[in-house]
Amino acid sequence: MAKVTVDGIEVEVPNGVSVLQACEAAGKEIPRFCYHERLSVAGNCRMCLVEVEKAPKPIASCAYPVADGMKVFTDSEMVRKGRRGVMEFLLINHPLDCPICDQGGECDLQDQAVAYGLDKSRYLEEKRAVKDKYMGPLVKTIMTRCIQCTRCVRFATEVAGVPELGATNRGENMEIGTYVEKALTTELSGNLIDICPVGALTSRPYAFVSRPWELRKTDSIDVLDATGTNIRIDTRAGEVLRILPRTNDDVNEEWMADRGRFSFDGLKRRRLDRPWIKVDGKLRPTSWSEALGAVAARLKGLPGERIGAVVGDLVDAEAIVALKDLMGALGSRNLECRVDGAAIDASRRDFYTFNTGIAGIEEADALLIVGANPRLEAPVLNARIRKRVIAGGFPVGFLGPRGLALTYGHDWLGEGGATLRALVGGEHRFNEVLRAAKRPMLILGRGALRRPDGAAILAAAWKVAAEHNMLQPDWHGFNLLHQFGGQVAPLDLGFLPPEGGAAISPSIEALWLLGAEIDTAAIPAGAFVIYQGHHGEAAAARADVILPGAAYTEKDATWVNTEGRVQHGRLAVYPPGEAREDWKIIRAASEVLGHRLPYDTLEAVRARLAEANPVFAGRGFAPHGCTERTGPAGDAAAVADAGFAPVPGSYWQAEAISRASETMAECARVYGAAQIRLAAE
Amino acid sequence: MVEVSTANEVAQPASFEFDAESNAAIETILKRYPPGRQASAVIPLLYVVQRQMKRQTDSAWVPLKGMDAVAARLGMAPIRVYEVASFYFMFNTKPVGRFHLQVCGTTPCWLRGSDEVFHACKDAAHVAGYGQTSEDGMFTLSEVECLGGCVNAPILQVDDDYYEDMDYERTVQLIEALRRGERPPPGSTIGRQTSAPEGGPQTLLDVPGE
Repeated sequence: MAKVTVDGIEVEVPNGVSVLQACEAAGKEIPRFCYHERLSVAGNCRMCLVEVEKAPKPIASCAYPVADGMKVFTDSEMVRKGRRGVMEFLLINHPLDCPICDQGGECDLQDQAVAYGLDKSRYLEEKRAVKDKYMGPLVKTIMTRCIQCTRCVRFATEVAGVPELGATNRGENMEIGTYVEKALTTELSGNLIDICPVGALTSRPYAFVSRPWELRKTDSIDVLDATGTNIRIDTRAGEVLRILPRTNDDVNEEWMADRGRFSFDGLKRRRLDRPWIKVDGKLRPTSWSEALGAVAARLKGLPGERIGAVVGDLVDAEAIVALKDLMGALGSRNLECRVDGAAIDASRRDFYTFNTGIAGIEEADALLIVGANPRLEAPVLNARIRKRVIAGGFPVGFLGPRGLALTYGHDWLGEGGATLRALVGGEHRFNEVLRAAKRPMLILGRGALRRPDGAAILAAAWKVAAEHNMLQPDWHGFNLLHQFGGQVAPLDLGFLPPEGGAAISPSIEALWLLGAEIDTAAIPAGAFVIYQGHHGEAAAARADVILPGAAYTEKDATWVNTEGRVQHGRLAVYPPGEAREDWKIIRAASEVLGHRLPYDTLEAVRARLAEANPVFAGRGFAPHGCTERTGPAGDAAAVADAGFAPVPGSYWQAEAISRASETMAECARVYGAAQIRLAAE
Repeated sequence: MVEVSTANEVAQPASFEFDAESNAAIETILKRYPPGRQASAVIPLLYVVQRQMKRQTDSAWVPLKGMDAVAARLGMAPIRVYEVASFYFMFNTKPVGRFHLQVCGTTPCWLRGSDEVFHACKDAAHVAGYGQTSEDGMFTLSEVECLGGCVNAPILQVDDDYYEDMDYERTVQLIEALRRGERPPPGSTIGRQTSAPEGGPQTLLDVPGE
């Protein structure tokens, strides 16, 4: 530890930290542009100048290590003069277009110019102008505003793992860009907008939309992938205008995936915003009372075993428990939540969660990925893996399609089944790597369990984990990676058929689909289908009654991410038109059906949730070890030879909200070809 | 607005592959660096590309595909090579003429008459100005920063060779000679021995023992 005095305040900081960090520990704010906590230190903006006793000139605090007994002054005349000089140089070529700049109001340069800027310019020469670059459909560039802090270059290279941005040419002519015109091939490009301290990189969909002080900010959770990214939803006049990540070091650090960030325009399109009822084979708009009346008319008197219910991938825990209670009251146990057909064993929670925890990845020392493409299934989680790989000593074995660009080097072990059996047998070369590791981990993709031999794959993966030191009392290295934010909650609530049962069977006469986009061919002909949800696709078209529900931005809801972390999202905007929060719809239907559910308030539903599964009583995620090593049911030897197929469909259009989004459609157009090429390589 | 060359504005060849001579050169170069540090060879390899282009197309420049080839050979991200190639003015990211006339315009050369050299180049090579190529494709004229030959200023670098102690007349003669296909010997054009004083040595004349 080193003792440092900052403006007379004595602080003790670890050796090797920078002077800037010591100043922050002392509660002194240091202005900066290029320095970013999660990126390497560049030291090129010089805004963080401080004075150090006995140093002849101001030093850049971000790149200067502390020394014991150092005396730092952050507000001396030398410091103020130095920073004013730096600011003057930065502003020489910076355009005075704040009134039309989207960064205005949340611009580091603007804020710091208030403190250190001169009120007039002494620069009379010609200013520099830089051609704007194309970086894809999400990031808008106005490169004349760039102050060349190189944060974006470092982010792309270090965090996103796509070294495609660079500083070309030099001196006066230096430019940030890709040199060859191309869209950045990353699913994390939106973060470039966040880290850019000026208005050089801004959001294309948000261009000229709003000013930050006009926005109402609501904390919520992203559910479009299973990471459970903490987000802030910015709204104005009942409309979601943008979504930004919130810092949560345990989950997403401060990053966010592009689909979650940019697909919100899909929340306004193709919405189910009023009840519909099918009359003579055609859907027509109707009222809530008529719609619920029609539901009651069909369901009343129907024996429970002829009623089924399926929940989809983006449904909140409150709605699920309400529907489960309603089905229980109606006498039905035909429940299902695995619409993708994944053979998940929900008998124990650690069979279907990411037990290591996302932050736990950084403690692991070997990784085996089975049938998952974390880059496309959970880009932020993938960035965490990459961070761990860069730290070194982290061999990554990969089972799946060959040549995937995961953004980090990995050892391709094989296409799939056959190699997995070899790993179970303990004779594969990667077995040695896993045996040598102290805290190895395994990531099993949910997509791998969709196959007919899914149960066998689950059992085999568990067996690999059990035999390679992954299941210890203080370390749980078995991880299932889900794809969407609503996939764990129904498993926690046991929204599953009894052993050997199925939600949809030929004897089903009524089917309640809660946001579940299922294959309509599987629905028995004549069955009465209730579709409740916010976006209607094929399943909604098949429905006899449509009950319009709320999307994740439109309700106070509980979400469980792939780790099993319970998080609460808040209502940012009201659901459009006649749409209502989902648990309330089910509560209303229960009344009409004569089985009134015993909760009327959100608190009451949450109390019921906690009663249904104690995990909902708490929030967050408790790191845990593995005490019970017995594996899930399934014959590990029955794994078929077939390779693990890549996740079907495009990253950009993976669920109903992004499929309705124009921004995502544009991304799919631009990146579609690139992804096909990646797969072919 | 500053003129900055970007890869997109130049007609690029569709492909680039190292030929046998380049491959041999690369092998020698890579041996200079310890294993795992091959990326250090990026500058020498870019020269290899530029020389190969000179051999093949009579224009010494580094096309995009050539940078990609360097990146692939050294296991670097292409953008890291683009950064280096665009940073150093010794690498031409646009095609140049058969002879690349590089006039040093830094203070010592300028004081010793680099403006005259520039005008001579313009007149004799029929080039409109810096950054331009003559219509016949023979000459490209560039202004470069200090070539480190200040003692013999002004300097005119033609491709890789320095012609020193230039003035208007001798520059014109040099260019005429190049046009005729001759290649006058590089070095001082006034017969100076390396960078010794004009007219022969002035000091250390009394060699002890003679």
